[in-house]
Amino acid sequence: MNVDLNELTGRAGEWMKGAGPQSDIVISSRIRLARNIAEFPFIRRCTTPDRAAIDKAVRDRLAEVPQLTDLAYMRVDELSDVDRHFLAERQLISRELVEAEGARSVAIDPNERLSLMINEEDHLRIQVMKSGFDLVAAWEQINEVDDLLESKLTYAFHDKLGYLTACPTNVGTGMRVSVMLHLPALVITQQIEKVFRSLQKINLAVRGLYGEGSQAMGDFYQISNQITLGRSEIELRDQVHDVVPMIIDYERRARDFLLKQNQQDLHDKISRAYGILRTAQTISSEETMHLLSSVRMGVNLGLIDDLLIADINKLFVDTQPAHLQKLRGGPLDTAGRNSERALYLRRYLSQKEKDGADQN
Amino acid sequence: MKCQQCEKPATFHITELTGEQPQEIHLCEGCAQKYLMQTPGTGMPGKASLAGMLAQQLKVADTAKELEKLDEKCCPICGISFYEFRNQGRLGCPHDYVFFASELEPLIVNIHGDLLHKGKHPLTHKRSTESQTKLIQLRREMNEAIRLEQYERASELRDTIRNLEEGEEQAEDDHSV
Repeated sequence: MNVDLNELTGRAGEWMKGAGPQSDIVISSRIRLARNIAEFPFIRRCTTPDRAAIDKAVRDRLAEVPQLTDLAYMRVDELSDVDRHFLAERQLISRELVEAEGARSVAIDPNERLSLMINEEDHLRIQVMKSGFDLVAAWEQINEVDDLLESKLTYAFHDKLGYLTACPTNVGTGMRVSVMLHLPALVITQQIEKVFRSLQKINLAVRGLYGEGSQAMGDFYQISNQITLGRSEIELRDQVHDVVPMIIDYERRARDFLLKQNQQDLHDKISRAYGILRTAQTISSEETMHLLSSVRMGVNLGLIDDLLIADINKLFVDTQPAHLQKLRGGPLDTAGRNSERALYLRRYLSQKEKDGADQN
Repeated sequence: MKCQQCEKPATFHITELTGEQPQEIHLCEGCAQKYLMQTPGTGMPGKASLAGMLAQQLKVADTAKELEKLDEKCCPICGISFYEFRNQGRLGCPHDYVFFASELEPLIVNIHGDLLHKGKHPLTHKRSTESQTKLIQLRREMNEAIRLEQYERASELRDTIRNLEEGEEQAEDDHSV
């Protein structure tokens, strides 16, 4: 099945919906499995024909599994630079797949919950994403997809070490469980460092919005397991699953504290952020994220009532460079993007304000 | 707000969490890029820190001469040298886990605290480590034969690969019956 990326542009993907349990603080729950096909070397040592053969093998197998035939398959190396970044901004492919060389592809299901990356760091990376805090459902789906593919493909597997991966940091289960959290109050109250340190002690990693090496932008933090060997998939899932409610609780208490101690200052910070977003004539992607983070908290705390969390999530995604260019329908330089972004924000937010006024 | 490094407007706002107190840093796009290049990502070991971990591990266990010798050790299947792995943090083929086992095991214990997989196993299509290795080797030889335009040899190798794959599938089917 072919996918029209322009059609995706107007839609909200799974993680932008602002739905699912605890979605005021938990943006998304994601699980990925790294797999390699037994008879090929790992990607770094693959020849061009090897890469093509891996791509074909996975694609052919996908066509044989009835439950997976509605996936849209795309050759990432044949996409434009903007389209590649567009898929990364929606978290359907990794930054590594954007920047890699040679034959590589992705298969995505229509609701953007499942994506299969072919020829990334490993031959196959299966990813399932759910809106809100829903790791149990994410595991059930990914385990089923893995079983379906495993009945058609022979994975590199070692009796003692488990699933073999290109990097020893993924060996064993090949599983990375991640939860994306929005923690602005912990940042303002300077408690985030404590959370960060205590998570490291129990072998959980904290990263920015786009994974390894990226900084936390807009107060988004991704928490994931670091260990992949020596524990079962369920144990790894539950380790992340059990710690998230504590962080949610900590963030909620920090928000309550801010409201009680300094509601005026907090309201001022949020209103100013909202004001800039509604009136700016030119604005960078980073500043937008920073301000949207404050507004998102304002919506959650009831200080802003004409927006929903789904609106904020949509604005986060739509104001990123590749999305903006797709929406505009043509390439834009940095200055052009900054004014287009401001225009998009002004239009969107004034429409919401108008809708709110009409309802009242 | 101006960038802390130059006169341009600051568009990148970073909360640095590595020190005692969270530190807010305000930079322009150019300076932010330089800054991010210098600061490795937090969290799990990436390419750079994996290489660092290996170097640290080896420093304790090996003298420079031994290390040099070890670096030259190459996997007979994919051809990757230990130096390449140490440098890039990525292995070349599944056989590397067997071939470099004595070097990798301390590293794996260091990362995961364990050496024994406790998760799921493939239910079907289970191939032995030896046969996985054999197939990669045959495929490599076939590619080499094609490169050298030795087409007769390449087609022999292709048949051997096919027989091996089909033989295993047959054995599996028999087993499942």
